Amino acid sequence: MNAEFFAFSILSVFAIGGAVFFLNSVRVMHMAISLAFTFFSLAGIYFLLQAEFLAVVQVLIYAGGISILMIFGIMLTKPEEGSPGRSFQYHQWISLATIISFFVIIMVIIYQSPIFTPAEKVSSPSVQQIGSILFKQYAIPFELASILLLVALIGAIVLARKEQK
Amino acid sequence: MYLTSYLALAAILFCIGLYGVLSKRNAVMLLFSVELMLNAVNLNLVAFSRLGLFPNIDGQIFTFFTITVAAAEAAVGLAILISLYRKKETAEADQYNSLKG
Repeated sequence: MNAEFFAFSILSVFAIGGAVFFLNSVRVMHMAISLAFTFFSLAGIYFLLQAEFLAVVQVLIYAGGISILMIFGIMLTKPEEGSPGRSFQYHQWISLATIISFFVIIMVIIYQSPIFTPAEKVSSPSVQQIGSILFKQYAIPFELASILLLVALIGAIVLARKEQK
Repeated sequence: MYLTSYLALAAILFCIGLYGVLSKRNAVMLLFSVELMLNAVNLNLVAFSRLGLFPNIDGQIFTFFTITVAAAEAAVGLAILISLYRKKETAEADQYNSLKG
């Protein structure tokens, strides 16, 4: 229990710090690295929740794929000069106030609701169990996800290709 | 470890992502702030699947589908962004004021 709490504190501080640096840094590489850091910390938290397969998937797709996609996206569209140095505008204050009130409401709801405790301790699900549920009970959503990925692949190629003159 | 700490962490990450969506001008930053929000939702799903009132494996399965959809969304969103950048020569989200190709 104690070691779990320690690991959770460190990982959550890493995750929140990575997210804050992602929003505040000016350089592109710092942004990408801090976002990848957040994704890695979330994979560690999935390990703490005993979702090992999901943690590996998170490292593969988010820390591997989406971070690289982000670097490509920022480098292909060059940011305008002077845009990060712009002064803090009024709409940013408005959005900050809105989000703080939203956050306070969520926190009050989370801490006011009764503590959920699991009825019985379940053993952590194995990869074999996940596979059998994914291919039996959720077979149709699985196939639909494959079609979605195919459509997204073709759509991305069609959208990003250069127009033939 | 209580469920509430995981929910609080997810709420903090969601709010940071929401702030990024509402206050940033660069469209790439918007796209990846949305990814951050989706990650917070995934964390909620996994936490409930482990520590909820009825622990169940279905939360993890839902998370796989969410990750799939998020990856597809990032790829298509980036493609749209790059074709918009070719047309408008800017990546600022408030310059995109027309849907006409």
